Amino acid sequence: MTMLQEREQTEGGQVSPGMRRNASFTPYLFLLPYFLLFGTFMLAPAVYGLWISLHDWDYLLPGKPFVGLDNYQALFDPASAVYDFFWQSMQATGVFTALSVPLLLVAPLAVALLLNRSFPGRTFFRATYFAPYVLGVAVIGVLWRFLLDPNLGAVNALLGGSTPWTTDLPWAWFSLVGVTVWWTLGFNAVIYLAGLQDIPRELYEAARIDGGGKWAEFRHVTLPGLRPVLLFVVINTVLQAANMFGQSYLITQGAPGVETRTAIMYIAQTGLRDFKMGSAAAMSYLLTLALLAISLIIFRLFRTRD
Amino acid sequence: MNAHLTRRGLLGLGAGAGGAVLLGACGDSGPNEKVTGGGQNAAPAATAYTGPNVTLAFWNGFTGGDGAFMKTLVEQFNAEHPNIKVSMNVYQWVDYYQKVPAAVASGNGPDLGIMHVDSVATNAARGVILPLDDLAKSLNLTEADFSPPVWQAGVYNEKRYGVPLDVHPLGLFYNKEVMEKAGLDPAKPPATNDEYMAALDTMKSAGIQGSWATPFQFTGSMWFHSLLWQFGGDLFDAGAQKATFAQDPGVQALTWYTDLVKKGYSPRNVAQDADLVSLRNGKNALNWNGIWTVNTLAQDKNLQWGAAPVPQIGTQKAVWAGSHQFVQFKQRSQDDNKLTAGKVFINWISQKSLEWAKGGQVPARKDVRESAGFKALPEQAALAQQIDYVHYPPSVPGIGDALNTVVTAVNESVLLRKEPAKALSDAAAKADQILEQNRKKYGG
Repeated sequence: MTMLQEREQTEGGQVSPGMRRNASFTPYLFLLPYFLLFGTFMLAPAVYGLWISLHDWDYLLPGKPFVGLDNYQALFDPASAVYDFFWQSMQATGVFTALSVPLLLVAPLAVALLLNRSFPGRTFFRATYFAPYVLGVAVIGVLWRFLLDPNLGAVNALLGGSTPWTTDLPWAWFSLVGVTVWWTLGFNAVIYLAGLQDIPRELYEAARIDGGGKWAEFRHVTLPGLRPVLLFVVINTVLQAANMFGQSYLITQGAPGVETRTAIMYIAQTGLRDFKMGSAAAMSYLLTLALLAISLIIFRLFRTRD
Repeated sequence: MNAHLTRRGLLGLGAGAGGAVLLGACGDSGPNEKVTGGGQNAAPAATAYTGPNVTLAFWNGFTGGDGAFMKTLVEQFNAEHPNIKVSMNVYQWVDYYQKVPAAVASGNGPDLGIMHVDSVATNAARGVILPLDDLAKSLNLTEADFSPPVWQAGVYNEKRYGVPLDVHPLGLFYNKEVMEKAGLDPAKPPATNDEYMAALDTMKSAGIQGSWATPFQFTGSMWFHSLLWQFGGDLFDAGAQKATFAQDPGVQALTWYTDLVKKGYSPRNVAQDADLVSLRNGKNALNWNGIWTVNTLAQDKNLQWGAAPVPQIGTQKAVWAGSHQFVQFKQRSQDDNKLTAGKVFINWISQKSLEWAKGGQVPARKDVRESAGFKALPEQAALAQQIDYVHYPPSVPGIGDALNTVVTAVNESVLLRKEPAKALSDAAAKADQILEQNRKKYGG
């Protein structure tokens, strides 16, 4: 009873002025530690990057002339030095994303459904599917480059023939997507698995009592139950795919020509090897805008379904 | 790992794009006074150092077997010079070329380092390294002590920034067993176009694809560069205003190289390193590769192999080469003692470069090249015969940016995605744009 009274008092605003001021500070104080990190490592560099993108920027050269939107304009000017390379790399990123995301949504779900059943050795298989994910991109990149070597690799030795896995299209895309699915499947599977275990047993029982089969259970219980994690998995997978760098860099080196050179790879080369940081920052911002737009669309799709 | 693996890192970057922002943040207090300058060096360069004890930080990218040779030399130097302590730090080349400018910009740069000849101009223009003219002068180093192309390579804007340590040219590496099996004389590797073609035909009729052509920079682009110069062409015109590699000599060169695949002397779709791996596996006989390959092949105790100068395919002798050059880095505050001690170190190591040559290099200094000790290294000595006709890219800042278009052209042509002439002209158009961009950027 006393507690209730206290709460009424608080909600009624009958507290001392000191308390109230304190209360309005409280949420910000709780946010502060994270905001410091976010501000230092995300917000400030992002704003600084925007500033860089408006200049002809090399951190070692004294001039850093202000060029306004020239760096952005060059990305839309077919006669500029960066136009072809940039859009080629965006296209490569697009192809990779379009090919890998559906697989990385469906295959881990299938694996998670299997691993969610109880059978002997379940933990072993869970570990096995997750194992490649703990390897660094350098390890899996070099490993698969050797295995996929068109003339000397183990894959062609097993399959026979001399499929150009790393040097020709579309094979190079199959390799890059396949390796990525093998490598990161475990991560999405673990998230799905956690989602599956959150779905209340009673719902399945209810579905069975209502006479639903396996397919109906999956459609009407499992999938809706997974929606919260699905949003995370979709967004995260799309962003990961759009940021692909290491696999192309190590397995195909962008070959044939520059056709598998991804946007991040080209941006890194422009900014960190050629030291054209203004131009690289502009490209990053364009890529960021594209990813923001895609993320918004995905959020919207999930919201309208609710 | 050897030089060719580690140097390949230069192709691109290990770091993500976010690094650009972080690097950029090292910003405004950069070491540059004016783009073409790069600061002052200590006035008199000495051959001996008598000042107080100093410690010198020496950074390089010798992560492979070569690192052990350099470490031994540094230890020996420290033992002989009680008042100078050189401490060596090794990074992957790709990290090194990003880390060093950032370190110099923040005032934490090393005192001494090594740079590849094609990076000297860029780093001079960006104010990372110091002119070394006085060193050359006080040590009485002249062109005659090295060889003309090697000596001229470390110069940018009429100032010397690099003192050559070594030269690493391409050479012809051959598998004697495979040649013998096909009925060729393993003691006589082909030296001319006719001999090369005859050898390839002989091997082809024995069912051997005798000269695998890699589409990748290591060492396909270098092979193409060599052929381009052999056919009388060049990469760029005087002053690197325009790309000239797409003219007739370039087309001849790339056509010849691509024909290795088209005519069946090489399999299609050779992957990175597959050309050398196949040579070691007895599937390939003739491979143009860097001198650093000497150490790799020497590890195969059962492999019968040899090294010779690259054959003359075109109208004149020419070969691609790289070179490691000593550089000194700009510091926030100049310390003459350190600069002097650094020069003593550079001079000392350069005289000891015979030891270095054992790691798979040709010493830059003529007296070392002509010593009996060097001649006792048969493979290195064979490739050193090419010293007077090695070629380097022009000493222009950002030249590597433009050269990457050649890497792409060779790749597209050898993978049969584009005809040689088309691949080269596309690349040259891009290179011209990049050269123009760089002229604007570096004020050339």
